[in-house]
Amino acid sequence: MKQLKGIGASTGIAIGKIFMYTPKQLPVNAEEKDSLPFSEKKEILERVINAAEKEIDALYKNTRKNAEKEAEIFQAHILFLKDPTIIKKIDELLKQNFTLPAAVKKAFEESVAIMEKMENPYFKARAKDLRDVEERLLRKISGIETQSLSSIPYPAIIVAKDLTPSDTASLDRKNVLGFVTETGGITSHTAILAEALGIPAVVGVRNILSEAKNGMLAILDGSTGDIILEPDETTLARYRQKKEQYEREKKELEKVKFLSVSTKSGKTIEVSANIGKTDDINIAINSGADGIGLFRTEFLFLDREIPPSEEEQFNAYKKVLEAFGSKPVIIRTLDIGGDKQIPYLGLEKELNPFLGVRAIRLCLKNKGLFKTQLRAILRASIYGNVKIMYPMIAIKDEIIEANNLLKTVKKELTEEGVAYKKDFEVGIMVEIPSAALNADELIKYVDFFSIGTNDLIQYTFAADRTNRNVSYLYNPLHPSILKLIEMTIKASHKHNKWTGMCGEMAGDPKAIPILLKMGIDELSMSPSKIPNAKKLIMETE
Amino acid sequence: MITKRFVVKNKVGLHARPAAEFVQTVNKFRSEVKIKKGEKEANAKSIVEVLSLGVERNNEIEVIVSGEDEKQALEAIEHLINSNFGEKE
Repeated sequence: MKQLKGIGASTGIAIGKIFMYTPKQLPVNAEEKDSLPFSEKKEILERVINAAEKEIDALYKNTRKNAEKEAEIFQAHILFLKDPTIIKKIDELLKQNFTLPAAVKKAFEESVAIMEKMENPYFKARAKDLRDVEERLLRKISGIETQSLSSIPYPAIIVAKDLTPSDTASLDRKNVLGFVTETGGITSHTAILAEALGIPAVVGVRNILSEAKNGMLAILDGSTGDIILEPDETTLARYRQKKEQYEREKKELEKVKFLSVSTKSGKTIEVSANIGKTDDINIAINSGADGIGLFRTEFLFLDREIPPSEEEQFNAYKKVLEAFGSKPVIIRTLDIGGDKQIPYLGLEKELNPFLGVRAIRLCLKNKGLFKTQLRAILRASIYGNVKIMYPMIAIKDEIIEANNLLKTVKKELTEEGVAYKKDFEVGIMVEIPSAALNADELIKYVDFFSIGTNDLIQYTFAADRTNRNVSYLYNPLHPSILKLIEMTIKASHKHNKWTGMCGEMAGDPKAIPILLKMGIDELSMSPSKIPNAKKLIMETE
Repeated sequence: MITKRFVVKNKVGLHARPAAEFVQTVNKFRSEVKIKKGEKEANAKSIVEVLSLGVERNNEIEVIVSGEDEKQALEAIEHLINSNFGEKE
C-alpha cells in the first residue's frame, strides 16, 4: 500500500484499476530527405490536412455539447492546421527534398519556438496548442494511431501527466472512474472538465507516473486529494463505505435541490445564490437556486481604465434577469473602494480603507457613476424580477439620499419615454452594527434587509477578517452577532417586511438551524452550498 | 490600399479566440490584409503570425487592406474590433 497526495479538483471517490495514459511522441527525423516529387508529397499533405480538419471539427462538436467555452480552442486548431504561413514553409521544405514528416515538423517547430519565447503567458500557452495540431498531422501522415482515450479497455482511473482538450474531447466516458494527473492545478483543463462531468479528480500528484502501473488497484478521493495505490483490505473496506455514503448523499441532494423547500413547521425559505459575474448564471441554475440573493456588480468595474457604459451594464443585468425569469434577482449596487484600487475613480489613499469611502459612501460622492448604474438596472428591470440593494448603509440619511437619486432617475427615464418596471423592492444590506441596532427605524425606508455577515462580524468585533492573528474573533455564532441578527429580523417582521442573509454564514450548516429559529426568510450562498442547505432546511423544525 | 489604426480594447488582446475570429473574418475576403504593431508586421490570414505579434489590451495596431473588396473587409474588421470580438463584459 502506498499513499500519495495531490489537490482535490473534483469531489467523489473512485475505486478501480489504473489505466496509464502516456501517449508517445512519434519519432520523426526532421533532417530526413527523400527523392519523391514535390507534387506527390503535396497531394498527401492536402489529404491529411482535410482528414485532420474533419477530426478536429468532430472534437469541436462533441466538446461543445458539455463545455461550450472549452470547445472554442478547436476553432483555433483548425486555423493552425490551415495556416498559410506554415503551409508555405512546408512547401518550401518539400521542394528542398525534405520528407513530408520532416517538413511538417520543421515548419511547425519554428512557429512553436517563436510562441514559446513570448512573455505573455496567454500567448505562450498557445505553443502547446500548435504542438497538439502538429502531432495530429504527423499521426495522420504516418497512419499510426497512438494511444487514445476514446476507447479505454476497462473501467479505470486514468493516470496521465496532464490532459489536453484533444485528449479528453473524444473521451470514452462510460469507462472513466476518475482522473489523476501529475501536473496541473485546480484551474487546469483536467480539473475543469472533471468538475463539469461530475467525475472525481485529483491533480498535481507528484511521482504518480513512476509509482502507478497499468491495472494496479487504486483509490482516489477527490475531496481530500488522497491517492492510495494497492490498498489493503481494511483501507479498501473503509473507502467502499465512504464512497457508498457519498453517493447516497449526492443522490438525495439531487432529489431536493430543485425543490422549493419549507421547514418542518411549514415556513417556506427561499434559498438563493450569490454570483459575481454573468458566467455564474448556469452554475447557479444547475445548483437549484431559487433566485439570486446577491448579484455583485463589481466585476463590471474592476480591471479597466474607464467605467463601464450604461449599455454594457444594461446588457449584463438583462442577461441575469432573463435567465431567472420570474425568480427574484437582487442586484447590489456597486460595493467598491477602500482596499480595491480603481484608477479611474481617483480615490484618495486612506489610512483605514475598510472604514473609509466605500460602497454606498462612494456612490453618493460619485453621483454620476451611481446614476448610470441605476439607469442600467431600471432599463433592465422589465426583463425579470429585479430588486435593488444598497450596500454599507450606516444611517437612514444614506437610504433617503439614494432613494431620492433613484426617484430622479425614474423621472428622467419617464421623460425620455424609456420603459422600466414601476414597482420593485428596494432593500439595504445590514452589515454595519449601527444599521442592525437601528433596524426599527431603517426598515421604514426600505422593503427588505439582507444581512451581510462577513462585514457585520468584522465591524462588530473590530477585527480585520483577512488578518490571521485576530481570526479567533471571527465568530459568526457569538451571542453579539446573533443578537444583532435577531434584532434585524424582528424589526423587519414587525413592519411585515422580510430579512435575508447573503454572507458566508447563510450557507453554514451549523448556523442555518439557528437562523431559521430566529425567523430568517431567505438565505443566499455560493451555489455549491445550495443543495445541502435545502436538505438541512427540510429537516429543521 | 486603405489603412486604419485601432486600439484593441478587449480583455485579453488578440489571443486565441479573438485572433481566430480576426483570421476567420479576414478569410471571408479576397483582399490582402496586414496588421502592424510597432515595427512588426503580420499576414492577417495567418493565425500563427497574428498571435506572434502578441497584441495585448490597449495596444495600437494598424490594419492595412488592399484588394478589390478592401472597403468591405475593413468595415468587417472595424466592426469586429469595436464590438470587442463579441466578448461579454
